[in-house]
Amino acid sequence: MAEEKSTAIVVGAGPAGSTAAYLLAKEGHDVVLVERGTAPGCKNMYGGRMYSHALNRIMPEFWKEAPVERPIAQETITFLNGDQSVSISCQNMDWTTDPYHSFTLLRAEFDAWLAAKAEEAGAMLACGIRVDDLLMEGGRVLGIRAGEDEMLADVVILADGVNSILAQKAGWAKMFTPSQVATGVKEIIELPAETISQRFQLEGNNGAARLFVGDCSNGMQGGGFLYTNKSSISLGLVINVGELQRTSVKLCDIMEDFKSNPHIAPLIEGGEVAEYSAHLVPEAGLAMMPKLYGDGMIVAGDAAGFVLNLGYTVRGMDFAIASGEAAARTVIEAKTRDDFSERGLSRYKELLEQSFVLRDLEAYRNAPELLENKRMFKAYPELVTGLAGKLFTVDGAPPVHLMKMMMGQIKESGISLIQLARDGWKGVRNL
Amino acid sequence: MKRLTIEQLLGVNKFVVDEGHPHIKVKKELCSRCESKPCTLACPASLFSIVNEELSFDCAGCLECGTCRVVCPHAGVAIEWEYPRGGFGVHYRYG
Repeated sequence: MAEEKSTAIVVGAGPAGSTAAYLLAKEGHDVVLVERGTAPGCKNMYGGRMYSHALNRIMPEFWKEAPVERPIAQETITFLNGDQSVSISCQNMDWTTDPYHSFTLLRAEFDAWLAAKAEEAGAMLACGIRVDDLLMEGGRVLGIRAGEDEMLADVVILADGVNSILAQKAGWAKMFTPSQVATGVKEIIELPAETISQRFQLEGNNGAARLFVGDCSNGMQGGGFLYTNKSSISLGLVINVGELQRTSVKLCDIMEDFKSNPHIAPLIEGGEVAEYSAHLVPEAGLAMMPKLYGDGMIVAGDAAGFVLNLGYTVRGMDFAIASGEAAARTVIEAKTRDDFSERGLSRYKELLEQSFVLRDLEAYRNAPELLENKRMFKAYPELVTGLAGKLFTVDGAPPVHLMKMMMGQIKESGISLIQLARDGWKGVRNL
Repeated sequence: MKRLTIEQLLGVNKFVVDEGHPHIKVKKELCSRCESKPCTLACPASLFSIVNEELSFDCAGCLECGTCRVVCPHAGVAIEWEYPRGGFGVHYRYG
């Protein structure tokens, strides 16, 4: 039975969907926000940090009311190699004052808050509903079907996450290949807030973000992450699924090994695991982008593959929010002309190009390929830790000058100088 | 911190199991011919195992990540994957 037609149906109350619903409702449009979880956020999981800029443009000073955990003051990248590790750390107190650069936050709470903002603005939030199919006629999307219910809309905004079965069923997206996605696993480890601040040398409620590369991923393409929340730590791994096809160790065991790594264990000592979660991460950028808009539909967020991993920054939520914003603006303009055809919605791509979403994915289009370089996950962490280990060792052995020490270590690593120069050149040009 | 078994890890999570409506179906006759069975190692919840030389799978404890669906060498054929019905499945309290 078809109900009355709304302007937009948004599938998925994550950051992309709720942002789109919020902006549409605020402009007085009829919008239904459909979520398969019993509450928005209860199906969502990510590493742990959101860069603030995208949401701050839509809801200035959102942090005054949003459930955020800690503003990040400290960024660290650590190379791990057995007993050895080398860290590069950067602290900036400016990041912890208005307009706070980034926050750790927990998705169950945050996504529920953002969806409530959409609801407050007038969107109809319908939870506990799985959308089974898109209603289509001659390639045009007319609405959705959930169980026995059918709902019609001028436009469907598809923000149903990385496993967008709806986009795949409609033929808008191909099933991704294993190497185009990564599996993220995470444990929430509870610790008293003061313990976290002391352990990470954080002033007050400031936070720390750490990324790890090296033997935490068992030689596979991937790495580890740690984010401090108010009174818990988000600790996890992200490993490419193409690599997981050849793993000889269970992913859940690699995660437990990571926890007992000598460089990680002291950071989480005394903590209690409160949750274990997993999620796929789109990693291929433009190479896995579906059809973004067409007759009666727009695709946003993870469903569109909008994630950017440069190795030192990992971004998804800001892309989701900005793409939700672009989707809403497109629909608002289309409504004035009452044209929801592919042509009428083509503004979506222009808005994404004008914003950072497609601009950044385009600028860093070679980053996914660069991060496939096997040397990044074994040979280079070994080289860096080996060199630093020698540099700081005093044991009465005869002196070796830096140049010789470096050349010796490179030779030991098995990486040729030409390869090293090539990787370096590619890195600075593409990242 | 003590190492936790996968049962202990899943034990801290909240799940609403949809009895009688598995959202993932495995075609075991195809799996019996699969040599590598990467699902048995890659599934973060370790829900795939080999029991009596046959693939055994139970959806209770599924984290709904979709790794099995993509890691499967017979992707799209051996594993029939959909999201649990609305309101069922894992319920993250942190995320």
